[in-house]
Amino acid sequence: MRKFHSLLAIFAATSATLVSFTSAAAEVNIYSARKEALIKPVLEKFTEETGIEVNLLTGKADALLARLNSEGKNTPADLFLTVDAGALHRAVQADAFQPVSSDEINSAVPSHFRSTDNLWFGLSLRARPIFYSPERVNPDELESYLSLADDKWNDRICIRSSNNLYNQSLVAALIEHHGAEKTEEWAENFVANFARKPVGGDRDQIKGVAFGVCDIAVANTYYFGHMLNSDDAEESAAAEKVKIFWPAQDKQGAHVNVSGIGITKHAKNVDEAQKLIEFLVSEESQKWYAQANYEYPVREGVEWSETLQQWGDFKQDDIEMDILGENNGDAVRLMNRAGWR
Amino acid sequence: MNRGTLLLFAVAVLIGLPLIVVALSLLNPQWDTLQHLWQTVIPEYIGHSVILLFAVGTGVTLLGVSTAWCISQYDFPGWRWLSWALLLPLAMPAYITAYTYTGLLDYAGPVQGLIRDIFSVNIGEYWFPEIRSLNGAIFVLCIVLYPYVYLITRSAFMQQSTTAFESAKTLGASSLRSFWKVALPLARPAIATGVTLALMETLADYGTMEYFGITVFTTGIFRTWYGIGDAQGALQLSALLLVFVIILIMVERYSRRRARFYQQRSATKPPQRRPLSGWRAALASLVCWLPVVLGFMIPAAQLLWWSVQKSEIWQQSEFWVLTFNTLWLGLLAALITVALALWLAYGRRRHPTRPLRAAISLAGMGYAIPGIVIAVGLLSPLAWLDNHIIAISEWMFDFNPGLLFSGTVIALLFAYSVRFLSVSLQTVNSGLEQITPQMDDTARTLGASGKRILWRVHLPLLRSPLLAALILVLVDVMKELPATLVLRPFDFNTLAVRAFEMASDERLADAGPPALMIVAVGLIPVIMLSRALRSKTLKAGE
Amino acid sequence: MSTLLNIDAVSIQLSGDLIVDRLSLSLEPGDIGCLLGPSGCGKTTLLRAIAGFIPVSSGHVELHGKTVSSSRVQIPTEQREVGMMFQDFSLFPHLTVADNIRFGINRLPKKQQDERVKELLIRIGLNGYQNRYPHELSGGQQQRIALARALAPKPKLMLLDEPFSSLDAELREVLAHDVRRLLKEEGITALLVTHDQQEAFAMADKSGVMYSGQLLQWETPYALYHQPTHQLVADFIGRGVLLNGEIREHQLHCAFGVIEHSQLHNKPDMSVNFLVRPDDVLINNDSSMRAIVVGCGFRGSHYLYTLELADTSHVLAVGPSHQPLKTGEQIGIDIDFDHLVVFDSSLCELPD
Repeated sequence: MRKFHSLLAIFAATSATLVSFTSAAAEVNIYSARKEALIKPVLEKFTEETGIEVNLLTGKADALLARLNSEGKNTPADLFLTVDAGALHRAVQADAFQPVSSDEINSAVPSHFRSTDNLWFGLSLRARPIFYSPERVNPDELESYLSLADDKWNDRICIRSSNNLYNQSLVAALIEHHGAEKTEEWAENFVANFARKPVGGDRDQIKGVAFGVCDIAVANTYYFGHMLNSDDAEESAAAEKVKIFWPAQDKQGAHVNVSGIGITKHAKNVDEAQKLIEFLVSEESQKWYAQANYEYPVREGVEWSETLQQWGDFKQDDIEMDILGENNGDAVRLMNRAGWR
Repeated sequence: MNRGTLLLFAVAVLIGLPLIVVALSLLNPQWDTLQHLWQTVIPEYIGHSVILLFAVGTGVTLLGVSTAWCISQYDFPGWRWLSWALLLPLAMPAYITAYTYTGLLDYAGPVQGLIRDIFSVNIGEYWFPEIRSLNGAIFVLCIVLYPYVYLITRSAFMQQSTTAFESAKTLGASSLRSFWKVALPLARPAIATGVTLALMETLADYGTMEYFGITVFTTGIFRTWYGIGDAQGALQLSALLLVFVIILIMVERYSRRRARFYQQRSATKPPQRRPLSGWRAALASLVCWLPVVLGFMIPAAQLLWWSVQKSEIWQQSEFWVLTFNTLWLGLLAALITVALALWLAYGRRRHPTRPLRAAISLAGMGYAIPGIVIAVGLLSPLAWLDNHIIAISEWMFDFNPGLLFSGTVIALLFAYSVRFLSVSLQTVNSGLEQITPQMDDTARTLGASGKRILWRVHLPLLRSPLLAALILVLVDVMKELPATLVLRPFDFNTLAVRAFEMASDERLADAGPPALMIVAVGLIPVIMLSRALRSKTLKAGE
Repeated sequence: MSTLLNIDAVSIQLSGDLIVDRLSLSLEPGDIGCLLGPSGCGKTTLLRAIAGFIPVSSGHVELHGKTVSSSRVQIPTEQREVGMMFQDFSLFPHLTVADNIRFGINRLPKKQQDERVKELLIRIGLNGYQNRYPHELSGGQQQRIALARALAPKPKLMLLDEPFSSLDAELREVLAHDVRRLLKEEGITALLVTHDQQEAFAMADKSGVMYSGQLLQWETPYALYHQPTHQLVADFIGRGVLLNGEIREHQLHCAFGVIEHSQLHNKPDMSVNFLVRPDDVLINNDSSMRAIVVGCGFRGSHYLYTLELADTSHVLAVGPSHQPLKTGEQIGIDIDFDHLVVFDSSLCELPD
């Protein structure tokens, strides 16, 4: 019995050290769907400059959102950072954000990359173009996402699973531009053109093109950037074999998605949180934030990284990011029906 | 029911909380999502799940029983080392194994590259099995999960009365017939336990299925939750998944019903090891080496290679903080879970009333619920509890203690208990079955109370199954992913989280060091366990 | 060779220890033999070697003239046609009684199997139990089934490894008789191993005492009891004490005085230990030889007394059940040796 009691004491002591106490120093807490490595350095710089401590919790966007919701007004989170527009939309639906009025932020971020009620703000962009093998595909044959449903692409397309939110956002955008019926028809034919059933991530699709498993892939630009600059000689060699095509340039433009941030409704450190957002949209941060992950900065006039410059300028789809989130549910159901696994 | 039983009942129900939440979702009249899913993807989920269950079930049985038999009965070169080496795949998370084999066997990998070089062919011109397929998933799961069957079945074979086997031989049965008709049927309850555990893991697997592009319930739940944004729909889908689990459990219960195999009353001799030579020894070696090589050595080699490529990670102090966190978290969870399992198992043994047994069965089902569902299922009640505690505390003491449950490791430990109680319960029950009621009665007549019986009679006898339970839970906790992602406190990361983040970002090489660490740490308990089992055999005089 | 079982100078080594040391014995067809001995003397090991579970290091074992075990040959158990009964009955718990019995005769046509099962069950008095499971039966019943199971395939040799030690005493005697009867009826040769002398006396035609891997004397139980040729046998078998004495000119000088016996006629003068059994000591209050009762044990049909002689050595004696003697009482005794067993007291080791 004595043994049991001492064990209990040890247990209590250990767990006590883990209970989060509110501390007195200036700090700000972020729930981030963006991976630690891609945000920590800029946060550290923030702490250096302002002396405000930043506490980071990373995870999947919707899991974090669910946690935010159940924590309610006792949540420690001041900021919520996502990697796609759909999650931002869901956060708005769940009333997780509070509006921020900061001229600095508003002037830095173009209006279609922030929410209409100043609830959230985009920090960086990634595009989802068509990748092709110049040996086997003549770029003149390529036109838009819709054209990929054509029979001539039969058995030649690689794309990842419909589980992935980037694909879901893409289809959400297509629904908005072309209507649900036409998009579903497109999806059925698109799926029929898959060279293999969806497997792996975006890099796998690009590799697929490089190795000749397929001729066309649809993937995010930042993966391509990482591959081109990879330490792994094999990976960069594979990426070199593939080229980007910006689709729908004379129509709606290439599909882009935004990684954004907002202040939580029950934030305790509102001022610090606002300072952080302002820091993140500042020129310097934008440069690093974007460059670190081969993304496009939202702030206009910020220089792109070399890699991105090589890919050239392109017309971006300026659809309201909110809509990507709104249509997400329909997009998934559509993909289910079309057989896009 | 007295107070103690009532408490037991309450705890069991508490553990079953996420289950209740999931079940309640079926009462919610929102059916559209489920209807939509039924028309599109659910038949596929069911089909894949059924195939997986049968194929993995068969695979782990073949691997686990054959190796358990060889190791428990025969003396062949290397058997001593192999007896614990066969446990090594336990330290490998399934999805990590999936990643390593993909890295090796995919079209971009070295194996196919070599084939293309040697035969001067291009992709599409030769046939090579696609690792990222249903067959690939079956393969990975079999070589990762067979240790469950091996471990429990080996214990059973070693505790079997040798004389039963010897009787069969004196009656003219060849070794094969004796095995088939006597040893195997007597070990069937143990095999059933092991296979059930493996199949529950199969049903709950997310990482491997996601990576290989196989549509099953777990991936569907994630999709519905995140993609369609319908939490209720996801919960309802979980309920469907649970139907499978219930069927599984019922099948296992039924197969154990008629087998009341108590340990023989008089002292039984431990199995006498029979020496093998020639082709027989070679065959036994091969049978035992194959799972170790496939399930551990090849993946570990790949991880080592990746870790060497990314050697700078090892020098980061933050990496070691990660390791420490993972270790003690796992240990704590294992101790809690095993203690709980013991408590519940004993409660059931002493008061085998219907409601208590039902409650404990409920508690034991947490294993098949995907971690993510448990996590979110727990989040609401825990947060509710926290909010109320804070409200009361502020009202009475004007003090805000912060989120005591939902923001700390307590939530994590709770989730782990829910998820892994089944593992320890099964193992503890399996061990308890070997202790006959006569032993209890004997001890009672000697004046021992319930507690004393536990400490002086049962626990020593249970040492082997308890150790087995501890290591199984510890390793499982360290590999656990989705629940950890959701419930962990601020600035608290585990190795599994790190590996997952790297791999899902397609930075497989970066996933190497944390994955290797999980495996390395997971090895320590494996070695401990095997030592404990080995000394037990030696003491029994082999 | 007409012997059924022939063990010829068999030695068995296990993990470097010599468990059985150049042991020889033989059994004629239809004989029931018994190996007695304390635990650890190697009798079970020998039995298991005959069964074929362990190899022999030297010497050979022959069944029906065929060598089944030697340093070069070890025929697998399943080909030896030996039946075995174990201490823990070893019935297959997952099979019914009928299936258990059927196990060794599974190659016969089903009808014959059923008939044989029924026949055996009748013989052991358990007809109708075909569909019961072992855990539903008592110990005695289980052992009977185990016997039936072993007998079903009509083995050449039956080996019994302390088959009754987990049963209660009265059951043991009944069962021992039943088993002997069945074996004799079927004409099956058997070798029993036990530490219980009563079993040996009840069942065996030939018996021997094993000690430290060696066989001391292999004869009928009567001869073992009354004419032990080795001190250790005398010590182990039956109750009795060994007292000191001296042989001088064919007479035994001891605590009982001077004893004359035909067995002394060819013995030289020497110092000896001689065996005094309880039935050699008669209580006769008229006798001039006196002894004091120092211990008294009620045995049901008789009393077993420990008596102290004049020279303080102790002997055992039996007395009628209805006339108990009290401790401390002084009584008179007579000595009557039907057999006088003497051992050279300077020799205490094993033969050879």
